[in-house]
Amino acid sequence: MKTEERSKVFSSLPVKFGIGLTLTAEIILFSQLSPYFFTAENILNVSLQLSITAIIAAGMTFVILTSGIDLSVGALVAFTGVVAASVAKLALPVFVALPLAVAAGLLIGAASGVFAGICVTRYAITPFIATLALMTIFRGAAYIYTDGRPIWELPQQFGLLAGGRVFGLPIPTLIMLIVYVVAYIILKWTRFGRYVYAVGGNKEAARLAGINTNRILIGVYVVCGVLTSLSGILLASRVNSGQPNAGLMYELDVIAAVVVGGTSLSGGRGTIIGTLLGAVLIGVLRNGLNLLDVNSYVQQVVVGFVILITVMIDQARKK
Amino acid sequence: MSALLRLSGISKQYPGVRALDDVSFELSAGEIHCLVGENGAGKSTLTKILSGALSKDSGEIIINGEKAEIHSPSDALKYGIGMIYQDFKLVPELSVAENIYLGKEPMQSRLPIIDYATMHQLARTQLGLLGEILDTTVPVRTLSVAQQQVVEIAKAISEKVTILALDEPSAALTERELLSLFTIVRRLISEGVGVIYISHRLEEIFEIGDRVTVLRDGKVVKTCPVVEADRKSLIQWMVGRELEDEFPHIGLVPGEELFRAEKINAGILRSITFLLRRGEILGFAGLVGSGRTELARVLFGADGKESGKMFLHGMEIAPRSPREAIDLGIGLLTEDRNRLGLIPEMNVVENISLSSLSELLRGPFLDTKKESEKTQLLMDQLRIRTPRSTDTVENLSGGNRQKVILARWLFTNSKVLIFDEPTSGIDVGAKYEIYSLIGKLALEGVGIIMISSDLPELLGVCSRIIVMHEGCITGELLRGEATQEKIMALATEEVKSED
Repeated sequence: MKTEERSKVFSSLPVKFGIGLTLTAEIILFSQLSPYFFTAENILNVSLQLSITAIIAAGMTFVILTSGIDLSVGALVAFTGVVAASVAKLALPVFVALPLAVAAGLLIGAASGVFAGICVTRYAITPFIATLALMTIFRGAAYIYTDGRPIWELPQQFGLLAGGRVFGLPIPTLIMLIVYVVAYIILKWTRFGRYVYAVGGNKEAARLAGINTNRILIGVYVVCGVLTSLSGILLASRVNSGQPNAGLMYELDVIAAVVVGGTSLSGGRGTIIGTLLGAVLIGVLRNGLNLLDVNSYVQQVVVGFVILITVMIDQARKK
Repeated sequence: MSALLRLSGISKQYPGVRALDDVSFELSAGEIHCLVGENGAGKSTLTKILSGALSKDSGEIIINGEKAEIHSPSDALKYGIGMIYQDFKLVPELSVAENIYLGKEPMQSRLPIIDYATMHQLARTQLGLLGEILDTTVPVRTLSVAQQQVVEIAKAISEKVTILALDEPSAALTERELLSLFTIVRRLISEGVGVIYISHRLEEIFEIGDRVTVLRDGKVVKTCPVVEADRKSLIQWMVGRELEDEFPHIGLVPGEELFRAEKINAGILRSITFLLRRGEILGFAGLVGSGRTELARVLFGADGKESGKMFLHGMEIAPRSPREAIDLGIGLLTEDRNRLGLIPEMNVVENISLSSLSELLRGPFLDTKKESEKTQLLMDQLRIRTPRSTDTVENLSGGNRQKVILARWLFTNSKVLIFDEPTSGIDVGAKYEIYSLIGKLALEGVGIIMISSDLPELLGVCSRIIVMHEGCITGELLRGEATQEKIMALATEEVKSED
């Protein structure tokens, strides 16, 4: 009885056990090995670094909750970045050009989401294939748009978007926190959020319960697209240029963050807090390994193993 | 007569249900032994134990006088037991020959490569034994259901099979296809194979069976030669108990017209016209595939119709989606509540409120307090028993699951409720509760459409019964005049052929 109650308490926690364990271990280990790791400066730095993928991961959580996937996010980051950069460079007053650049970027994300959503619903293409195609389309488009060369010499104010600080926090960190709070509220306390879980849990049953499942599916791809473009703009601002090769392989980091955070790839189960912790786990790991001067090839191997171990702990606990 | 197969004292217990209770059964070489009974009587459980798909709790299986230990499908194969299930176990993309020899492909003598020439030749011979000529190179998904069944049988007898069990083989066949199936089965028994034939179409039993065993609630009620049985006695053995005790007494007084369908054509449905009154329980009887579920989906807006009209309160309606139907006051409790009703990951509260979230909005947000109050009310009203309303529905019994879906439709204030097989897979006690709830709703003025393959249930609960056959309505019977025989006659269209 007692152990039963305890397991109930555990399973009712929004956070998976595995990630709590590996994240704690990670932080203790790096604090011991590097005196710089647990300083305010480094913590803010980590938050800035991981904010780009974490914002996308929030959107990806919506998609994966419906048992979909969006492989196009990395390429969309690049395409949004180069378009936003080119708009920012237009011969317009800065206070016009910058909002215009942001708006253009977000619009691309939304349009991409609608397109992916229609492919998945109306044309019944599996999400994997639809977004795989979008991935190469956007990557190619980014190179065509820029002739394969980065777009430099942007107005200085463009760089402030990601370079500035508000209340002592880097702006991308702040945006990330806002995105997660809003995403949490949407999933927990709105009809759309409830429907996302329902569609992911049992699509046909959801339809027969009166849910317009196509609208929900298009909706999640729009959420993911807009948040991806937001990240694309922030990334372009951080490097103060539009890079057609930006965001390479981001989709893998993002999906890893969502899955490590306990969201089921088969849909219907998962939390946004889990995803944030997943993104933090991977971000902190990268940062710690950098501080310890571990070379980047070794880093990749270590990240892979940490992802595996985290998921293994969760699987073992389920049994 | 020496027995090829002898089962004695077989018992199998599921949580809460005794599926088989001390069942004994015999099969001789060259015999067709029919197995009949209502849904849940234990026919499938028995054949699954024989084929190694399920393990028995107690009892003995004796084959050719020796005790057989069957713990897996491959054990069953070793004893020469073949099974043809209702839903075929073929791989749709593989060819006919590849399916027949799946897992036992003939190999080249020297190389680890499949010898396709030999495989196709063997497959053709095998099919030839069944009197069937098929192109063995085409994928089985391109074949008709009857042809797939032949492939399935060829696959079974490509092993050394002495006992063959056919589970509802006729469910998806036309009359002509059925005759050729009978020819194949007769050919097999002439070679000494013993056949166990499960069917709910009683007329088939008289046509092909040698002996018949009737199961009811997991027990053998009767075993006798087919010539000693008639349709009436079979049904009586199958149903067995007094109907009055099984159903609550509902004194219905149907009111004015509530819903009307006129000449609906959709898919297999042809010119469906009927009327439903307020406070009426209208039953729909018919065989599987007669179009009842298709009709329910059309009425509910889940599938489109080609032509025809629907009226609610005398006003024409045309729901194009479940949402529109729900907003009009129509609810559908689907046949397969796990696959088409519940969201397994969600808890009881969320499952109940799913169709009514717009009523719970306060600004853009869900009023979760109001949600839990309203659902708690419904749970009390329907006596849904769950340890906690925040438990996922996966932990609930069949009866409670059905009540959760019913609560969902009560939340939406449905005026017309369509129940598709409302008590399939539900215990007898819980059935009575569901009937009582349906009756109570009807007394409150809800119009109920009840689709069921359980004839006693229709007879016990409905005020009127419409019978369907191959997409058409073949008859309508009032409560007083309806009998199982009359319904079955209409459902199988015997009436017309007699006329």
